[in-house]
Amino acid sequence: MSFYIELAYIISAICFVLGLKMLSSKDTARRGNMLSSLGMLMAVVITLVSGEIISFRWIAIGIVTGSVIGALSARLVAMTAMPEMVALFNGSGGLASLLVAMAVYSESASGATVTTTALVLAIIIGGITFTGSLMAWGKLSGVLPGKPVLFAGQKILNSILVAGILITSIAFIFPALTADISPETFHLLLTFTVVALLMGITLVMPIGGADMPVVISLLNSMSGLAASAAGIAIQNNVLIVSGALVGASGIILTSIMSKAMNRSLSNILFSGFGSVAGSASESAQQQGEVNPVTIQDAFLILEAARSVVIIPGYGLAVSQAQHAVKELAGLLDSNGTEVQFAIHPVAGRMPGHMNVLLAEADVPYEQLVEMDSINPVIHTIDVAIVIGANDVVNPSAREKEDSPLYGMPVIDAEKAGTVFVLKRSMNPGFSGIENPLFFRDNTRMLFGDAKASVQGLVEEFRQVLKT
Amino acid sequence: MQGTQLLFILILAIFLGLELIRKVPSTLHTPLMSGANAISGITLVGAVLSAGSAHTALTTVLGTLAVIFATINVVGGYLVTDRMLGMFKKKKSGDNSK
Repeated sequence: MSFYIELAYIISAICFVLGLKMLSSKDTARRGNMLSSLGMLMAVVITLVSGEIISFRWIAIGIVTGSVIGALSARLVAMTAMPEMVALFNGSGGLASLLVAMAVYSESASGATVTTTALVLAIIIGGITFTGSLMAWGKLSGVLPGKPVLFAGQKILNSILVAGILITSIAFIFPALTADISPETFHLLLTFTVVALLMGITLVMPIGGADMPVVISLLNSMSGLAASAAGIAIQNNVLIVSGALVGASGIILTSIMSKAMNRSLSNILFSGFGSVAGSASESAQQQGEVNPVTIQDAFLILEAARSVVIIPGYGLAVSQAQHAVKELAGLLDSNGTEVQFAIHPVAGRMPGHMNVLLAEADVPYEQLVEMDSINPVIHTIDVAIVIGANDVVNPSAREKEDSPLYGMPVIDAEKAGTVFVLKRSMNPGFSGIENPLFFRDNTRMLFGDAKASVQGLVEEFRQVLKT
Repeated sequence: MQGTQLLFILILAIFLGLELIRKVPSTLHTPLMSGANAISGITLVGAVLSAGSAHTALTTVLGTLAVIFATINVVGGYLVTDRMLGMFKKKKSGDNSK
């Protein structure tokens, strides 16, 4: 029987490998996800019938409860809240690995050094993943302040936590070392579990909300490693392999994402965006005049434009303006204007988030262009409409070396003939950094709710096209 | 199985994972992250083994909780990924209504 179980696990692992591979290409992504879910189903079913299970009652209760919660949250979550949801699912996986490791310990407290070490790692990594993901969720959903939270003694606190984890876990793994002084190993386990949970909080707390996508991606990688460690603790190949796959590919994805933001991972994790952004408050002194524009005037300019590029950001998602924007694009198109959507790689709350939102609003795929293809030709575009985007069109990233954004690739919106910026107010963006784009001569600010402004433009077009 | 054998498998799998996704269009970053996240729910297998073969009440409780959270990760992760990818598909069939 064991042979068939191992065989099934190998096939599951193959499904995961191929699934991940297919997920990284547009045409095969959906089938890849299905293949990977089939692999998962197979791994679970074969475990259930493996003969190692004595009682099914609690498993059934657990699976039904988890499926209902998981399915409902996946169905009901708004597309705009997707990144938060992924963070929660991720935290849930980390917690599961932590619990598995604890269950292994409570079943038989003594084991080989390798398995005990793996057990400790599963608890520590799983614990950090769990609370870290909760923090990421809180920051993205606005429950917690998105700004980096820094306080005096933060470094000291973190050092104490790391030291605490090291000491307790070493004492736990090598009980012989401390046999005379050490309390029960169970207390040690509880101690480093609690410390790991605290560390998840203190590690993510000082990171700004704008960097959360990278953090979630990193935590995703960690939840894979936690599963892998749990796999070593219970000596199960499919856990080791799949967890390691997620852990390793997650690291690659994390580095691709940080590259898109032109930040190094360590810079994101340890610098605390806000501490660099100290110059932001100093630049509160305005950098010139802001030119507001009315919807009517904006309409007149748009009507005369031959080419328009729309640059969406998270603000578009917040005000649920994607459908109105799609309508505006359609009207512009029927007015003979060439319309394109320029998508910054990290527009939205996560790379690719904006593409998902626009896809939800049925924006044709051909109209979406990437930053690298629009920038060389953007000076030929008559009007750039920036909707709820800020940092991704901030010229400081190119021009101001002391800006925290410096070096991040941005869409050069200001090179278009005229730039409309749809914005609620003059507040700086998610990262809290001033944007000189708003003060350029060719920039017109269209204040108000993005959706209302776009709908206003749509109305104007409707009236004209009717007559 | 011996510890070294487990490490051997682990290390090979890590190398495979590192090579697996070299080039990903940024459009797919979010679905890929979410899809990989669902796979990390494989810990469900461990949870099922714990919950189903427990000899103490504590293990049963821990195992069952682990099953719940791992299942949320798996079911939620796959469904949400599919929902995202489904949206790319929808407009690919080339509708021009609305």
